[in-house]
Amino acid sequence: MRDGEEKTAIIRMFHVYRHYGNKTAVVDITFDIYKNELLFINGPSGAGKTTLLKLLYLAEPVSDGQILVNGMNLSRIARKKVPFLRRNFGIVFQDYKLIPTKTVYDNVALVLEAAGQKRRLINKKVKSVLRTVGMEQRINALPPTLSGGEQQRVAIARAVVGDPEIILADEPTGSLDAAAADHVLGLLRAYHTRGATVIIATHAQELIRKAGGRVVHLNAGRLVNMPDH
Amino acid sequence: MRYLKRALQDIRQNRFLSLVTIVTIAVSILIVSAFALFFLNANDLIDAWKKGVHIMVYLKNGVVETEVSRLQKMLHGLVGVEKVNFISRDEALKQLREQLPRQSFLLDNLKQNPLPDAFEVHLLPATRNWAKIEKLAVQLEKLPEVEEVEYGRGWLGRFAVVFNLFRLAGYALGALFFLAAVFFVANTIRLVLYSRREEVEIMRLVGAEDRFIKTPFYIEGMLQGALGGIIGLAMCLLLFLAVSSNVTPEFFGGAFQIRFLPTGMLITMVLTSMMVGWLGCFASLKQFFK
Repeated sequence: MRDGEEKTAIIRMFHVYRHYGNKTAVVDITFDIYKNELLFINGPSGAGKTTLLKLLYLAEPVSDGQILVNGMNLSRIARKKVPFLRRNFGIVFQDYKLIPTKTVYDNVALVLEAAGQKRRLINKKVKSVLRTVGMEQRINALPPTLSGGEQQRVAIARAVVGDPEIILADEPTGSLDAAAADHVLGLLRAYHTRGATVIIATHAQELIRKAGGRVVHLNAGRLVNMPDH
Repeated sequence: MRYLKRALQDIRQNRFLSLVTIVTIAVSILIVSAFALFFLNANDLIDAWKKGVHIMVYLKNGVVETEVSRLQKMLHGLVGVEKVNFISRDEALKQLREQLPRQSFLLDNLKQNPLPDAFEVHLLPATRNWAKIEKLAVQLEKLPEVEEVEYGRGWLGRFAVVFNLFRLAGYALGALFFLAAVFFVANTIRLVLYSRREEVEIMRLVGAEDRFIKTPFYIEGMLQGALGGIIGLAMCLLLFLAVSSNVTPEFFGGAFQIRFLPTGMLITMVLTSMMVGWLGCFASLKQFFK
């Protein structure tokens, strides 16, 4: 969110709960995330950060409460429409979730293929985004042959190739050395500068300090600071 | 085209499982086509025999010539009758002598000709089925001038019953192999899906619709079905060539020659095996995506 810009909520959460049997991973979360915002969801391991992100792209359903994404109420969305909801997001998973049997190119192209884009456009966009993240030299490599930092950069390329409005990154620097972590953070900030809403779940205070942006703290599934509304 | 490329990639990546599916379908098609081949040729053989089927109407002694010609006209007018030949008792004896040249001395000692006058009734092709022959024979037996009617019912009737039993067993086996092949394909696709569940999950997470994920599997199943079908039929052809090279037309009295399955049936078999592949996919995908 840049100074002077009007705040428009792109994601709204109202008294959101997520239960797993007797355990509750997310407890009564209510806050808004704004367009073109750089937001950190901070908290220790097991605080519910990943679960909260999963609720946003419907990897898991909300047990109670409501979430609106771009005006779509996730509790009322038809199963058939879920893929279209997910195309609003570019997701960088904690464990990268790259398909090990597909090349770097194919992993990134998958998002555009799934969206039914034309081959020529896919080729152009994939090469461009791999150049941006510095992976154009490894275009035909398979993920298991890449380092952790390289895999994370491919994961970011896949997350941004479809020009999503919202980028979700779950512990994006968790398993990287300092240099690789800086590179990854730089990339995410660059996409934020270009206009994307970037939501990063992390327990790393250092990362937050370097990046700036709004921070919400989670502990035992609850918000522990008062977020800006 | 994109889906086909992905399907071919999947087949390459899961070579062993694909091979198991293809071999299973090929063996099923081989067995079913071998049955079909047997029935096709057995049917041809029966048809060839049916062409020679005629009804012999033996007359009582003392039927006069005018009665004979009236009867001949009447028989010729019956529905389903192609032609009627009169064989007099003298002619019948002559034919018998010709048929038994070495034993003809036995006939020389006969004081009188024991053979009756007879009509040889040839039937139209449409009448050459068992029920119609029997019906006509019963009708002829009721004529006062007729002593006996003979149409080889004993062996031909029994053969028809056995043949129909075989045919039924063939249908049942065909259905059984169809189901077994569907089951095998379903299991193979299920194993492939299981081995790639993470990939499928990633596809869903990046916004792929079910159709995008499922279509290559369907293409894969149908390709495996087509390949299995073609290989099964090729094996059947090899078997046929091996058998037919040892069977000359004279083996069946020159009445008929064994043949391979016609083109239409081959296409139907390949299409059926593709359907087996599709159905196997459908069953496992339905379960996986529910």
